[in-house]
Amino acid sequence: MTNIQRRAFIFFSFFIAIMFIGFFQSWNVALGIFNLCIISAIMALGVNIQLGYAGIFNAGVMGFAALGGLAAVIISYPPVPETIELGGSGVFLSLVILLVGAATVTFIYKSPLSSSIKKLTIPLTILMLLILFNLVGSPAIERIEAFEPAASGFLGGFGLPIILSWFVGGILAGIVAFLIGKLTLGLRSDYLAIATLGIAEVIIYFLKNEDWLTRGVKNVNGLPRPVPYEVDLQGNAWFIELCERYNFPLVETSSIVVKISYCLLFSGILITIFILSEIALKSPWGRMMRAIRDNEISARAMGKNVKARHLEIFIIGSAIVGLAGAMLTTLEGQFTPTTYQPLRFTFTVWVMVIIGGTGNNYGSLIGGFLVWFLWVEAEPLGLYLVELLTSPLSDTNPLRIQLITNAAHMRYIMMGLLLLLVLRFAPKGIFPEGR
Amino acid sequence: MDFFNAIALITNFILLPGLTYGSQLALGALGVTLIYAVLRFSNFAHGEIMSFGAMVCILFTWLGQSYGISFGFLPTALLFVPVAMIFTILYCIFIEKFVFSYYRKKKSNPIIFLIASIGVMFFTAGLIRFIIGPSDQSFNDGVRFIFTVREFKALTGLNEGFGLKTSQAITILTTIILCSLLFFFLNSTRTGKSMRAFSDNEDLALLSGIDPNKVVLLTWIIAGGLATFAGVLYGLDKIYKPFIFLQMLLPIFSAAIVGGVGNPLGAFIGGYIIALSELFVTFAYKKVLGYLLPENLEPTTMMQFLSTDYKFAVSFIILVIVLIIKPTGIFSGKTI
Repeated sequence: MTNIQRRAFIFFSFFIAIMFIGFFQSWNVALGIFNLCIISAIMALGVNIQLGYAGIFNAGVMGFAALGGLAAVIISYPPVPETIELGGSGVFLSLVILLVGAATVTFIYKSPLSSSIKKLTIPLTILMLLILFNLVGSPAIERIEAFEPAASGFLGGFGLPIILSWFVGGILAGIVAFLIGKLTLGLRSDYLAIATLGIAEVIIYFLKNEDWLTRGVKNVNGLPRPVPYEVDLQGNAWFIELCERYNFPLVETSSIVVKISYCLLFSGILITIFILSEIALKSPWGRMMRAIRDNEISARAMGKNVKARHLEIFIIGSAIVGLAGAMLTTLEGQFTPTTYQPLRFTFTVWVMVIIGGTGNNYGSLIGGFLVWFLWVEAEPLGLYLVELLTSPLSDTNPLRIQLITNAAHMRYIMMGLLLLLVLRFAPKGIFPEGR
Repeated sequence: MDFFNAIALITNFILLPGLTYGSQLALGALGVTLIYAVLRFSNFAHGEIMSFGAMVCILFTWLGQSYGISFGFLPTALLFVPVAMIFTILYCIFIEKFVFSYYRKKKSNPIIFLIASIGVMFFTAGLIRFIIGPSDQSFNDGVRFIFTVREFKALTGLNEGFGLKTSQAITILTTIILCSLLFFFLNSTRTGKSMRAFSDNEDLALLSGIDPNKVVLLTWIIAGGLATFAGVLYGLDKIYKPFIFLQMLLPIFSAAIVGGVGNPLGAFIGGYIIALSELFVTFAYKKVLGYLLPENLEPTTMMQFLSTDYKFAVSFIILVIVLIIKPTGIFSGKTI
């Protein structure tokens, strides 16, 4: 089988699996899974750019995805005028203080003063900044959070179309990646993984606790959608007529139409990013990246600025993850900081990239599709297996009940086994990186 | 008097919890650092191995309690730690045989080991949630306090006091005993010396007839045993939560790196550095300063550097500072 036939065959098998779910479970479920498959594939493409092109281990995928979610809230949620009046100016002022302070510190750092003066002035400036920041910010934040905490208690957003937030999410994640990259990219692989793991935790803690911005653990519900609502469709005369003419069930069709519209939007983004990644990979830039990855020392000897290239690729990859994160929050229609778990976001995306084949964009695509599919289907599969294995036991047996209630966690076991088996027997993944 | 009140407050809210948490981190970090020293990779599965040990201990405690076994005023779980250790060590040997030994023979890149350890982490996390479920388990059935804050106040007549929880005393004592044994083993026995030699220079160690398989096996045994203790003691002191161990990975790695990864003494000290600084930075000093400062200078705010919610950020910030200023750590471990 040639390479192209192989790829076509594997993608075809995946679509058969989705069709299978469509025919035997329901089309609603099948499309729901497929939409998340697309988002996973975009995340996997982002991580593949870091891990595959440049060999950078980013264990902070979760943090960047959450930042995308934050962007979705800030861009799309309608502003809350009362809280803005109460504390908007204070928050704005403290942001200005932060920016001015950061600029001052950078200025001192880069100025030609002697290092002993710098060592003294920089911590002092930071300390003063923090005190000033607290004095201005804290009262404003308290006022905002005290305003109807059960329903609002945060600043809201800009009330712009949510699609815009996908790009803003990418930019936001990119900016944060720039700051983090400046700090940590000098580190070697293991340390980088640990440091980014920590940064992701810090980002999640920030989102969970800064109620004035994200409502914290109270979640932000009811984000506007880029596609019509099911209820509106069901009330639409043209839609009712369409359903009647072809004998479609109204409620189910409306939700399928909504899912298809999401699917089309997401596919557009996925295809664009995929094509851009392929072009980048095949370009001289991509060759340079792989050269740096394979032999950093000789690349440096050839005059390549390794650190700057790593920073570049860290930003691009993280921005793509941020974009996917914003899309995910859009699809869910709510922002829940507590759902960001490293096993679900960071390490599952790694599994996708590694199983698909690090360095190969087709691999990330199929890895994202397959792994998400398995992640979802592991639950019914695990339940089925457990029920089969424990069927000799009676229904009231405590062991059986315990195992059946915990069967959903089979997915972690499966992910682990899958990763270990692929790493051992097919370390290059489903689609090995081409030379 | 005011001075003693302040001291009592700090002891109750920073020193005792810090030493306890630090001991738990130190036990975890020692495992990470030993595995790094001998097998040369960062084991991301270590948190889950701790969780595994604690889980086995909880299961046996339940079994024991159902037969009416108890350990007097001490928690019953302590009786079953040796059993849990055996299971955890067997599990560690199992993953060494089925996962890591292959890459060791192939002399794979440390990154491959790291990815494999993530596979093990996933597998173990699933296994734990599958067996015991994802919810919290409280299994400390001993007497909660050796002496309470109220008893201390009555004894000394101070306004403030500190209480000593049984779990705190057990944790600190056990850690001191375990670490003394470990350091004695590493520094004074023939096997311990061969382990250090292997870590220092593999080729030279092989030439002088040290059996690498024995050293690796021993490392897993020690790491698994310490991880069991760390997990059980953490569960006794706070509560057993399966998902908390992934979050504990960060402070544990920080402790190992701050002390100098690959250096056992560094990991031991690093655990306390991380734990104490977490508490120092997130403690509200209002009351303490109220005792220490003259009356007209009493602070009106909480006097807290950082909200308690950000305690994980502290270990991260320490980690980044150390990595930037002195990547080999305080006690000059290896650089990865």
